[in-house]
Amino acid sequence: MTRDDVAAMLIDELGRIAPETDASRLDPNAELRDELDIDSMDFLNLVTALAERLMIEIAETDYPKLATLSHAVDYLVQRLGVAV
Amino acid sequence: MGEFRMPSLGADMDAGTLVEWLKRPGDRVKRGDIVAVVETQKGAIEVDIFEEGVIERWLVEPGTTVPVGTPLALIAGAQPAAAVAEAEVAAPAAPTPAPAAPPTVSPVPEPRTGMSRPRVSPAARRLAAERGISLDQLIGSGPGGTILHADVERAAAGAAPRPTTAKRLDLAEMRRAIAAAMARSKREIPHYYLSTTIELTRSLAWLEETNSTRPPAQRLLLAALLLKAVASALGEAREFNGFFTAEGFQPGAGIHIGTAIAIRGGGLVAPAIRDADKLTLNELMAQLRDLVARARSGALRSSELSDPTITVTNLGERSVETVFGVIYPPQVALVGFGMPVERPWAVAGKIATRRVITATLAADHRASDGHRGALFLADIDHRLQGPETL
Repeated sequence: MTRDDVAAMLIDELGRIAPETDASRLDPNAELRDELDIDSMDFLNLVTALAERLMIEIAETDYPKLATLSHAVDYLVQRLGVAV
Repeated sequence: MGEFRMPSLGADMDAGTLVEWLKRPGDRVKRGDIVAVVETQKGAIEVDIFEEGVIERWLVEPGTTVPVGTPLALIAGAQPAAAVAEAEVAAPAAPTPAPAAPPTVSPVPEPRTGMSRPRVSPAARRLAAERGISLDQLIGSGPGGTILHADVERAAAGAAPRPTTAKRLDLAEMRRAIAAAMARSKREIPHYYLSTTIELTRSLAWLEETNSTRPPAQRLLLAALLLKAVASALGEAREFNGFFTAEGFQPGAGIHIGTAIAIRGGGLVAPAIRDADKLTLNELMAQLRDLVARARSGALRSSELSDPTITVTNLGERSVETVFGVIYPPQVALVGFGMPVERPWAVAGKIATRRVITATLAADHRASDGHRGALFLADIDHRLQGPETL
């Protein structure tokens, strides 16, 4: 799985949570919670889906590392041990 | 012979449109079965039945709009509907057209604007998921272009759907419904308001510790603790849980907490978490998660919308500190929580920073007084200081 695959999966999951927005056009450095208007339940569902699809652990204390699209991809890539 | 009626899903609902029958004459039904889908101001709602029996015949055809309380079908071998519904709903005296029952649309924030997805009946959504059919490509033949079970069946069989124009979510209609319920609330209910700041240190530390050993699917949110604290405190504050009717205050038979949930694309619903005081935190969290998911996919059940005995609104982490609630008639109280914030706080004579949350109570002066309200809020605070006992 490449970095692009991880980004595509994240965008896919964001699209499920906020179906009325085009997640592929997100500013990679904008706060996801603000850009997509997601609440704590949405965020928990996102983390649940990512942890299950990527088969990784995502600690609650790591949630701040998922704040923006680009940070989240960095974090997930690092968790997966994917070569960049 | 029993009658299956158009349910009342809120003080603001006086009519609904039958979208689809999910059971046919001759089918045996039992309590909790989903019998029909109706279109309301809150979207397509699955209507479950309180009786057991066999559907004798349909009295109303899909596409028909009828007033609340209108018989939709005859049920053979069932007790009279009103009696069963009364026992179950425990709403104030429920003769035929069912009484104005509690919340669907909560008063607080503005609906989001600017989106439109096709309306889909919950049964149709399930079938589409089972058959792997994309809803985007379907044209609904139901009222206002709602995609029906039958449309998905046709698509699955490869037949062309009947063309109609897809309807946009009617935000103006939802705004009218909120206006009607809130105008009634402000006209009839002598509100009083109380507010207190609750230290969250213990609750948040307990949550962090609990969640650190759980996979995301089993983690708890602060919202679950807040709901449980309110539900437990209501056990000793019954004058905040129930309905105010022509006969005066009627305590609720159970503690069914209407939980305000924002719907993406517009508006809010406040379906009930039933008997919330009897649920463990894990059960309550699971129900909250399920309810939010179904509220947002348009798959709520009529029983969840018809009987909340109080409403809790939780403005979440990115908003404001304090909410001044408007009670949803005929309920008598609304508990609001603002955003948790870090603030200077006096601890043993010194200033420290602590995370705190503002809890407010809007209550009906016909049913309670400020003194009792203050004790109720203080009890919620007390319970949040012992999260492990919630």
